Amino acid sequence: MNLLRLSWKNLTFKPLNALLSVLLFALSIGLISLLLSLRKQADEQFDNNLAGIDLVVGAKGSPLELTLNSMYHVGYATGNIKLGQIKAFFNPKHPIVEDVVPLSVGDSYRGYRIVGTIPKILDWYGAELATGSLWQHDFEVVVGEEVARINGLKLGDKFKSNHGIIDEGDENNMEHDDDFTVVGILAPSGTVMDQLVLATNQTYWHAHEAHNDASTNHDDHAGHNHAGHNHTEDHAPTPLMEEDPEKEITSLLVRYRNASSFQSLNFPRNLNENTELLAANPAYEISEVRRQFDSGQQILGVLVLAITIVSALSIFIALFTSLRERRYELALMRTMGAGRAKLFLLIILEGLIVAIIGYALGLLLSHGLLAILAANVQDDFRYTVSATRFLTEEGYLFVAALFIGFLAAVIPAVQAARTDIADTLTEA
Amino acid sequence: MLSSNNLSFTYPSGEALKFPDLDCAAGETRLLLGKSGSGKTTMLQLLAGLRQPASGEVIIKGQRLSQLSGTALDHFRGQNVGMIFQTAHFLRALTVRENLAMAQQLAGKPTDRSRIDGLLEQLDLGGKGNALPGQLSVGQQQRAAIARAIVNQPAVIFADEPTSALDDDNTQQVIKLLQSQAAAVNATLLIVTHDNRLTGIIPQQTHL
Repeated sequence: MNLLRLSWKNLTFKPLNALLSVLLFALSIGLISLLLSLRKQADEQFDNNLAGIDLVVGAKGSPLELTLNSMYHVGYATGNIKLGQIKAFFNPKHPIVEDVVPLSVGDSYRGYRIVGTIPKILDWYGAELATGSLWQHDFEVVVGEEVARINGLKLGDKFKSNHGIIDEGDENNMEHDDDFTVVGILAPSGTVMDQLVLATNQTYWHAHEAHNDASTNHDDHAGHNHAGHNHTEDHAPTPLMEEDPEKEITSLLVRYRNASSFQSLNFPRNLNENTELLAANPAYEISEVRRQFDSGQQILGVLVLAITIVSALSIFIALFTSLRERRYELALMRTMGAGRAKLFLLIILEGLIVAIIGYALGLLLSHGLLAILAANVQDDFRYTVSATRFLTEEGYLFVAALFIGFLAAVIPAVQAARTDIADTLTEA
Repeated sequence: MLSSNNLSFTYPSGEALKFPDLDCAAGETRLLLGKSGSGKTTMLQLLAGLRQPASGEVIIKGQRLSQLSGTALDHFRGQNVGMIFQTAHFLRALTVRENLAMAQQLAGKPTDRSRIDGLLEQLDLGGKGNALPGQLSVGQQQRAAIARAIVNQPAVIFADEPTSALDDDNTQQVIKLLQSQAAAVNATLLIVTHDNRLTGIIPQQTHL
């Protein structure tokens, strides 16, 4: 029958008294851990997907929307741009632009977005083929690791795309008639590539020529050229810039030769003022998103701080009240040979036990919420949440939890250690 | 085994009390009698080292209590003194058996299950080891308190009005048990009381 067990028995003897303290503590720890995890994982995803891209070029609209749509594949495109408008970007002697990746977006397969682009995008994102080969011909696709895993796709599988961006499971959607063939599957890269279906830009045009109805009112949709382009099944790969300059894509991802040069810094403004194009600096747009995040997080931070203080107070009050009821017990322990230090330790242990249980429940809470988020958020935001990942910060949080438990218990513990045996025994 | 001389105590109010000298042998039972307010409980607390005397000395088992302080005194008390109070008090969250084990542990002794179970058996509490103290009757509680007081085989047992809350039958039983248990460990038993039912049973008496 050691002190730790006695502390435990004291707490569980009147469990309702301790319950409020434990729950409040769990709430406070849970919120802190949840905020830390979400922040950490969001930061990493933003960073992983920056892929050294200095500029995103698309149709006029919101620069943030353009960035989110072209780099994170969230939300809708600002519109389409004609190949003729962006010819200069493909010039290998361009003084500012080193390299570009064209994107055509707008269709999906079971909630996963189909992106028309060139294989170079894999190098930019650091993604590699796990099996199969790169997409070369129209209607050949390489699917991301998650797309293949969730939909059970294998090399050689064929599927039809959905027109527009729709959620998985919505059966009342329009399908394109053409079959896509899986020619390659990517290895997991921890980037948005895991969640995309990659095809040629030209595929978009052909897919939309097959039917001439209903799609004209979708502004967000790439390649609405319904002129009589003959769709041939076995199409030889043509370099994008040799195509008709009236053809459309959605956006361009751009890398600069020298991102810090004077010309580079002025480049987006020149484009925005002098052309029909929209140029967005992704690093800037993302820092704006983060700023919004931060101010939201600050408000939550104040809330969490308040809950933490209340939970510490609750531990303090619970111990203090139980101490009044247990004065006689404490005096009794002194007559049985317990020194003052033991009584001090007894009460401190009770505070620490509440803190440890609260901490454990709190982590359970936050990672449980993360698991629920992981299941729901992924489709909407291309934001992969891991519920099983624990941060170093959560280790520090444990130390902080112990400290709070100690702090809340220290005054009652001093009180307990000061118990005057004779007076207490005489009173009763 | 237990002796005191020239003991006096000054209350915070300034009121001073002088106490008669005691000299009890091992195994002796003695009553400490006096009217309410005569300072019986105070004297018992001085003898048990729970209060500091203004003057005088208490010697238990050859040890002057004034030479011990703080933790050492707590430890000495745990090992050599058993205490029984008017109403029995326990660590409410622990079972009767755990309370006895706690008494052993706080005195710095290893838990001795057979000693605990043997005592509970002798005190007719054999089936109550796993009960919480709150579930026992008053008489059972007082017997459990006796078990706790003697579990460490103390040199001295102090009992403060142990029978005032009990009826005649229970009083008889509790006193008999107290005496027999004290005798079994050869402890000095000092009973503070104003209970006239005891004066006929125990001839050694000191009056305040």
